[in-house]
Amino acid sequence: MAMLHVNGKAQQLDVTPDTPLLWVLRDALGMTGTKFGCGMALCGACTVHIDGQPTRSCVTPISALANKKVVTIEAIGTDKVGKAVQAAWVELGVPQCGYCQGGQIMTATALLKQKPRPTDADIDEAMAGNICRCGTYTRIRAAIKQAAGQQGAKS
Amino acid sequence: MNDTPLVLVNASRREFLQGVGALGGLVLAAGFPAAARAADPPKYGADGMPHGWVDNPLVFVAIGENGIVSIVCHRAEMGQGVRTGMPMIVADELEADWKRVRVVQAPGDEERFGNQDTDGSRSTRHFFEPMRRCGAAARQMLEAAAAARWKLPIGEVEAKNHEVVHRPTGRRLGYGSLAKAAAGMPVPARDAIRLKDPAQFRYIGKGELKLVDGQDIATGKAQYAIDTRLPGMLYAVVARPPVYGGKVKSFDAAEARKVPGVMRVVQIEASPPPPQFNPLGGVAVVAQNTWAAMQGRKALKIVWDDGPNADYDSAAYKATLEESAHKAGKVVRNDGDFSAAVARAASRIEAEYYIPHLAHATMEPPAATARITKDKCEVWGCFQSPQAARDLVAKRLGMPAKNVTVHVTLLGGGFGRKSKPDYGIEAAVLSKAMGGKPVKVTWTREDDLHHDYFHTVSVEHLEAGLDAQGRPVAWLHRTVAPTIISTFDANAKQEAPFELGMGVINVPFAIPNIRIENPDAVAHTRIGWFRSVSNIPHAFAVQSFVAELAAAAGRDQKDFLLEVIGPARVVNPTTLGDSWNHGESPERYPVDTSRLRRVVETAAREAGWGRTLPKGRGLGIAAHYSFVSYIAAVVEVAVDDKGAVTIPRVDIAVDCGASINPDRVRAQMEGACVMGVGIARESEISFKDGRAQQDNFHAYEVTRMPGAPREIRVHIVPGDFSKPLGGVGEPGVPPIPPALCNAIFAATGKRIRRLPIRDQLKA
Repeated sequence: MAMLHVNGKAQQLDVTPDTPLLWVLRDALGMTGTKFGCGMALCGACTVHIDGQPTRSCVTPISALANKKVVTIEAIGTDKVGKAVQAAWVELGVPQCGYCQGGQIMTATALLKQKPRPTDADIDEAMAGNICRCGTYTRIRAAIKQAAGQQGAKS
Repeated sequence: MNDTPLVLVNASRREFLQGVGALGGLVLAAGFPAAARAADPPKYGADGMPHGWVDNPLVFVAIGENGIVSIVCHRAEMGQGVRTGMPMIVADELEADWKRVRVVQAPGDEERFGNQDTDGSRSTRHFFEPMRRCGAAARQMLEAAAAARWKLPIGEVEAKNHEVVHRPTGRRLGYGSLAKAAAGMPVPARDAIRLKDPAQFRYIGKGELKLVDGQDIATGKAQYAIDTRLPGMLYAVVARPPVYGGKVKSFDAAEARKVPGVMRVVQIEASPPPPQFNPLGGVAVVAQNTWAAMQGRKALKIVWDDGPNADYDSAAYKATLEESAHKAGKVVRNDGDFSAAVARAASRIEAEYYIPHLAHATMEPPAATARITKDKCEVWGCFQSPQAARDLVAKRLGMPAKNVTVHVTLLGGGFGRKSKPDYGIEAAVLSKAMGGKPVKVTWTREDDLHHDYFHTVSVEHLEAGLDAQGRPVAWLHRTVAPTIISTFDANAKQEAPFELGMGVINVPFAIPNIRIENPDAVAHTRIGWFRSVSNIPHAFAVQSFVAELAAAAGRDQKDFLLEVIGPARVVNPTTLGDSWNHGESPERYPVDTSRLRRVVETAAREAGWGRTLPKGRGLGIAAHYSFVSYIAAVVEVAVDDKGAVTIPRVDIAVDCGASINPDRVRAQMEGACVMGVGIARESEISFKDGRAQQDNFHAYEVTRMPGAPREIRVHIVPGDFSKPLGGVGEPGVPPIPPALCNAIFAATGKRIRRLPIRDQLKA
């Protein structure tokens, strides 16, 4: 039995301890908003927050999470910053296929919580691990700036 | 466990009514007259596609008594915005209030919905007119129902914003209250349909509507194929032959079966060549969850027979292609006399360009779920061609196609990969092996990169002669690349008309002597469509070479390009040897050089062509006609002293005819630009010992945020809604690699002829 605290709820799970959080969320809990993209922490599609830190769930075994708090894309909207990021994403029409965008939003939210007024260099550094194959980067940048309340944000 | 969001609209009328019942009861879906079907010839545009088009409102529109209008989107959403754009066209003509519109996704059923192959940048260009007629016909049926209820002449009533209004008195009836009666009205004959004056469009051409799936995507609720969950579902991954054409010699599954959660190990037979859309075969591990299936696969011991492509080696193959490119090949266009003209020319220039295989690398890897119940099969998948998935699953299971239902989920990227539903067939085969239980097949990233239907690999050899004034008088282009046809015919060695018609034979250049040749090339892996397809190597070669000629002539690149395009004229593509013309009529869709000139001029003007730049910076331009749209791009590049390439800004001018959803036209140009940058700078699949060498995103590099253009400015040339539309999803890609390399030349004096650039600029 593994213990998991996700989106404010404690869960008891019958999974092997090496199972990555990604597959626990997706297969055991049916929370499919966190996406599989590479399985090697290379693309960021699986990003969740663990104790507030953006983390690649595809390489995080469930055994490492006994006393940690996990937040996923399904619940990030309950956070003020997360909600602002989601609103900016919708407003600027960031998504194309949308598959990576949950991970992008999780990473962007963590960035804005740490740096409420990020520079372009901050955005590059924070977002470099999240691939968008549709190529929505200019709008992601604009949406981060819009969520941060910065002026001059446009796509 | 909840699969409700996936069961969207069903093929049979009975189920359709049930489905709509859940929305509050309808019901403009009262019957399905066979009337509104496409006629036979002429076979251009949508008419030339399998199952053509359908414009029947009873197929696409349902109105509930609560006034909710449901509109069917029959094309697959993979990021191009079709689930917003297509229903928006219907809603506009229908005078529906977008806030009360719901979009339902069609299953694969082309007899009912018309062609569903979501590829070739065709959705809007082929279905704008049928969808307009569909919405307008539904509007007229609502007006007829209101006039009948009021016992008034139909000329006195008018549908306006979800109501029908009696003009003289201002009386109104909502769409919901008219739905049932409207369903009983005859569908207007096509020549009786009154389309809106485009000046009255509420949504078309405005680009003000938010994406229908935007909120779901931003909150993690959007459902992709990989997210499918069914009661009792099992999870599978497959170990496929590492070399195309290989098969399992023997395997030992004892260790795999010991992995907790693993239920069965199932061999899938390899399909004989050609590859078509068949599964590659291999050994599947079926488990209680995805992780267990993956761990089980790792524990398999498989001995492979690598088959005839075991020696495929990209370095050696490049040399083979180059050798072919140095000899004459099949002549596919011959204007004037190249040999004589080049012999007389004042100077002669030669160059050769190489683009490697590319993998689509959709962020959602291929995935599908199948469930078999008695003599029926249901499949949920990310399919660009759901009808092909349906037909092939039916064939593999030995069922009639009508017994197979293919539900189309959102696609986490497509780019042509998901036109080939091999993974859907795998799911069906495995469900059958598991007694019909639902089985989801998930491809890992490694599977995706190793077993793609790869973009071809190509050598383009160009020669030209310039006269004493530096004007090009002779042009030779030899294009050598394995053809996509090899995926369907193992003996095919030459590019097909649809590949030659992607920017190699149909260059509309004002050069008197043009010869195009196509030497043979043999495929050693699965070759498939990749966003913009053969336009990628052709445009890279042609637009780089034009810039090389400009440099040789000491001319401004943009001025020289305009001179090569020549004066404004309308060219019938058949006179260029292009019998394909992207499937469009040569009369309706001629090559219009004035439009090509205009995008060059627009991009140059908007980019501030000619402006002074600091050291290490440069501007490059390229223009390309593809998917019957005209695009030019100016890339501004910065190359640092270590040879690293960054892109401060790109200006793209696009003439795709009228823009139905301008915000998505911009989005497609932005995305195509980023993909083009990746093709130019970092992406490569190479083979050794028959195996694709790149396992994951550390080795198969794609553009990331810091490497993406900082600013992409899209300039849409205004269009006319009465004129034929061009494609949007793909044509933004081809001009980017040559524009970028032309900019690098301007910045550094170094000419890139082999992609990707990677470390070629390292000092």
